[in-house]
Amino acid sequence: MLNIALPKGRLGEKVYAMFEAAGFECPSIKENNRKLIFENAEKQVRYFWVKPSDVAIYVERGAADIGVAGKDILLEYEPDVYELLDLNLGKCRMAVAAPADFRDNENRTLRVATKFTNIAAAYYAGIGRQIDIIKLNGSIELAPILGLSDVIVDIVETGTTLKENNLAVMQTILPISARLIANKASFQFKGRQIESLLDQVRNQVNSCD
Amino acid sequence: MLDTKILKNEEKAVFALRALYRQYGYLPYKMSKFESYEYYIQNKDFLVSDRIITFNDTNGRLLALKPDVTLSIIKNGEDIPGCKQKVYYNENVYRVSENTHQFKEIMQAGLECIGDIDLYDIFEAVSLAAQSLALISKDFVLQISHLGILSSVLERICPDAIFRQKVIGCIKSKNPHDLSRICREYGVEDTLLVQLVSAYGPRDKVLAKLETLGCGQDALQELQTLSKLLDQLPWADQIVFDFSVVNNMNYYNGIVFQGFLSGIFESVLAGGQYDKLMQKLERRAGAVGFAVYLDLLEQLPAEDAEYDVDVLLVYAEDTDKMAVAKAVAELTSQGKTVSTQKSIPEKLRYRQILKLTKEGALC
Repeated sequence: MLNIALPKGRLGEKVYAMFEAAGFECPSIKENNRKLIFENAEKQVRYFWVKPSDVAIYVERGAADIGVAGKDILLEYEPDVYELLDLNLGKCRMAVAAPADFRDNENRTLRVATKFTNIAAAYYAGIGRQIDIIKLNGSIELAPILGLSDVIVDIVETGTTLKENNLAVMQTILPISARLIANKASFQFKGRQIESLLDQVRNQVNSCD
Repeated sequence: MLDTKILKNEEKAVFALRALYRQYGYLPYKMSKFESYEYYIQNKDFLVSDRIITFNDTNGRLLALKPDVTLSIIKNGEDIPGCKQKVYYNENVYRVSENTHQFKEIMQAGLECIGDIDLYDIFEAVSLAAQSLALISKDFVLQISHLGILSSVLERICPDAIFRQKVIGCIKSKNPHDLSRICREYGVEDTLLVQLVSAYGPRDKVLAKLETLGCGQDALQELQTLSKLLDQLPWADQIVFDFSVVNNMNYYNGIVFQGFLSGIFESVLAGGQYDKLMQKLERRAGAVGFAVYLDLLEQLPAEDAEYDVDVLLVYAEDTDKMAVAKAVAELTSQGKTVSTQKSIPEKLRYRQILKLTKEGALC
């Protein structure tokens, strides 16, 4: 039985559609009920929905054999998993944003507000800039507006929220998309089933390119 | 006579592994729980974590609770041509847990072969690693890689240290998409590296793929010879090549390996050839070894007994203690387990309850 952790929400639904098309369908997942786990014994597959930021933990700890997680989560938490495929879904970018008229004064410590403290720390360490990290859990855009920080490091999709709050992208740190990940031990013992799904999904991704 | 049913998975493994290693001439190595802190800090890159439990000895010297076994073993010894020191150990080490960020005690068993080693010794270590896994569970996989091939590919493509670090991260996570992106950023060809990422699975299949790389010919020859030797083993099909196994390249060279057991979500065995560490410690000899992380065996299913004890023997405050002792002796001589109590414990699971009267009669 292949255990698959899907991220709750639109991304997870798109991923399920890809897995279904790959021959790993589980019709009960479309029923409108409060079940948490959905199983298709014939296809030897079991799905469960989890909070997107938790998928990597489920996979790393082997509760799920495979799952789909954003590159942002993988970079932030660095789970010890195989990252087998870029699904080219949920595309966005990790970026530094600040008030549109912001000029960086390199003479002083830069105050950075972010949910992604590891990514921000690694980025600024890479360019040798001293920073003070302010860890926030939401509404990151508020921080520079209220003077809590100079800049923010966050995910940018369309940039509309930034624009509406008079913020602008200063630097793109890296592109983000959804990745198919696998538990390292599961890959040894359920490799055939995982590879079969991987090949089918890879073909779908390549045909969309 | 020892009843093995009462042993936990990790305790059974310790007995079995000791017997196995003795069979191949490995001698037990007992070390002190403490080492000089300075020694570890000089070699901290070799350690999984540089956070170490320290304390002052009575003379003020700073000591550390052992975070690693290999470093302690290799610091002593003579390098005599043709000779090898073969030792095995079963020790606890103290490291920071990646999950709780607190120190934890980790039980390890393993072996080290240090000295004038050759490919036979490497084969013996790999074979003993496979046998160690097989003794614990028949459902295992041992992955082998050769760092010589990865080094050779990286040297040919781009010697930049940051590039190497990024690429190694991708290789470890079987991540061809970011690997190609990084190669594009550095303006280098990704073909060889992408081939290496996909080089995993049955040994003959991987060897055929490696032959087309045209890199690391000496390493490839070693892998070919090792593969032929491994073909003779009863679990040859469970020993695969996989280039996502990359240990610290500042210390390890040559063959490296890691093992998985079905039912445990992470690798339970890791090892390899670490001549570079020996050189760093000014030893001329080579070395190969591995460790089995016994604490992880807790995750394997274990027989959960239906009862905690066969007999719950309840006696009163004023019962004659000689009568209690006699009743216990009688029951244990029948091979039963007994728990004596003055009232019935809420959570104790017992097969039978016996009561001793004030006069010492069983009812």
